[in-house]
Amino acid sequence: MSKKYDTPLLDELEKGPWPSFVTEMKKAAARSEMANDELGQLEKSYRTKRGYWKHGGIVGVLGYGGGVIGRYSSLPDEFPGVAHFHTVRINQPSGWFYTTKALREICDIWDKYGSGLTNLHGSTGDLVLLGTTTENLEPLFAEYSSRGWDLGGSGSAMRTPSCCIGPARCEWANIDTLEICYQMTQKFQDELHRPAFPYKFKIKVAGCAVDCVASIARADCSIIGTWKGKIEIDQDAVQWYAKNGMDIKAEIVDMCPTACISYDGTNLSIDDDNCSRCMHCISKMTKALKPTGEKGATILIGSKAPIVVGSLMSWVIVPFMKLEPPYDELEELIRKMIEWWDDNAKPRERIGELIEARGMREFLEAIGVPPQPQQVFEPRKDPFFFWKDEDLTKE
Amino acid sequence: MPHIEFQGKQIEVDDDGYIVNLDDWSPELAEHLASQDGITLTDAHWEVINFLRDYYQKYQIAPMIKILVKEIGKAMGPEKGNTKYLYELYPAGPAKQACRYAGLPKPTGCV
Repeated sequence: MSKKYDTPLLDELEKGPWPSFVTEMKKAAARSEMANDELGQLEKSYRTKRGYWKHGGIVGVLGYGGGVIGRYSSLPDEFPGVAHFHTVRINQPSGWFYTTKALREICDIWDKYGSGLTNLHGSTGDLVLLGTTTENLEPLFAEYSSRGWDLGGSGSAMRTPSCCIGPARCEWANIDTLEICYQMTQKFQDELHRPAFPYKFKIKVAGCAVDCVASIARADCSIIGTWKGKIEIDQDAVQWYAKNGMDIKAEIVDMCPTACISYDGTNLSIDDDNCSRCMHCISKMTKALKPTGEKGATILIGSKAPIVVGSLMSWVIVPFMKLEPPYDELEELIRKMIEWWDDNAKPRERIGELIEARGMREFLEAIGVPPQPQQVFEPRKDPFFFWKDEDLTKE
Repeated sequence: MPHIEFQGKQIEVDDDGYIVNLDDWSPELAEHLASQDGITLTDAHWEVINFLRDYYQKYQIAPMIKILVKEIGKAMGPEKGNTKYLYELYPAGPAKQACRYAGLPKPTGCV
């Protein structure tokens, strides 16, 4: 396809040493009329400072209520290639591991039915395919599903669970994030494909508190690996770091959020009872420090981006849960959370907002988890948990 | 705006095929829209459509799926009070198909 539009404003975004989505779109535009018109419409948007996408329509594939997000141009006559430009979410494999063969297969099918533009990966975690028409949805879905792929979640539904690369590449993973993510995806298939929730619900699984999937900020239910034992210290390795330029006091001791580390110039010691397992010291001194003892996960709830009310970070609900196949305890807990939320939430109210509105006590009673000190969200502020009168009578 | 022709009348619809003027709706139009998707409306289908229309007339908004599922469960038996059953009746989904046949405006869901 020949060049159709002059794009002086978009061209600016190709300057500099960074990768540019404009360059990639131009490559796609050489082969696809849809990508070509998308470039034209985007340039016009930049010029006129307004968007030309209409509110998402309702499109999808038979049997599913989600996975496809309708996009229509409000200038279909000017840019016929993007008159329909629906987004398709493909459920990514746990940890985003693909073979090159699989990626080629995905792209080949996409070239056949869509614009060729992709987004690996969207902030939901899904593999995102950008731009196809309503007529192409069914054949596209048939072809992807015949190769073993499935659509991801969208709308007011369970969103595609996602996880960090976990034990596949990282020795600090306390849980098998990949397996947990896969199992949760399988267990919640109905909720994922047939939206019936008040709003979205996201699960993200991180192997440790470094939290490479940002689960604490971006998942309604954050599952973060942790451990029960002490942090094992190799003092020789500590000295190695000191000799190689690390300022242990400034970089480790003073950065510990619970001030539980001390260092006398030769020996590092950690007061494990006061350690919050934040991973800071371990990730700075990987050769010297190592978690030991029982491994499991902390289950947190509530984070969301700032739509409706302000953004929230997840807070602790279950301080420690042993996570082993078949993960029934985790599934049961999530189902109880969802049930309470589903019964009580207004449309478009996230579970974190509902807990803020109703209080922790009601939430904890509904899911059958006892109140514990670790659940305190903001210490020394207004109490997040309100006791009942009968709780206060002396035994 | 696109149109569809029905019983000699031009009926205005939006890009997704939802009728624009709710007064244009009639049971025959519902049958017509369904037949275009290859669906013959049975009593079970009408149970959903009637509930949607009653609810809309009362509250001026389409019900949440959860409410629809519960009501259908009450009317048709608990084994049918789930989203799977709704998708068996309306394979493209209750919002996309049932609301459209019922003449409700397009539900504005989040992506």
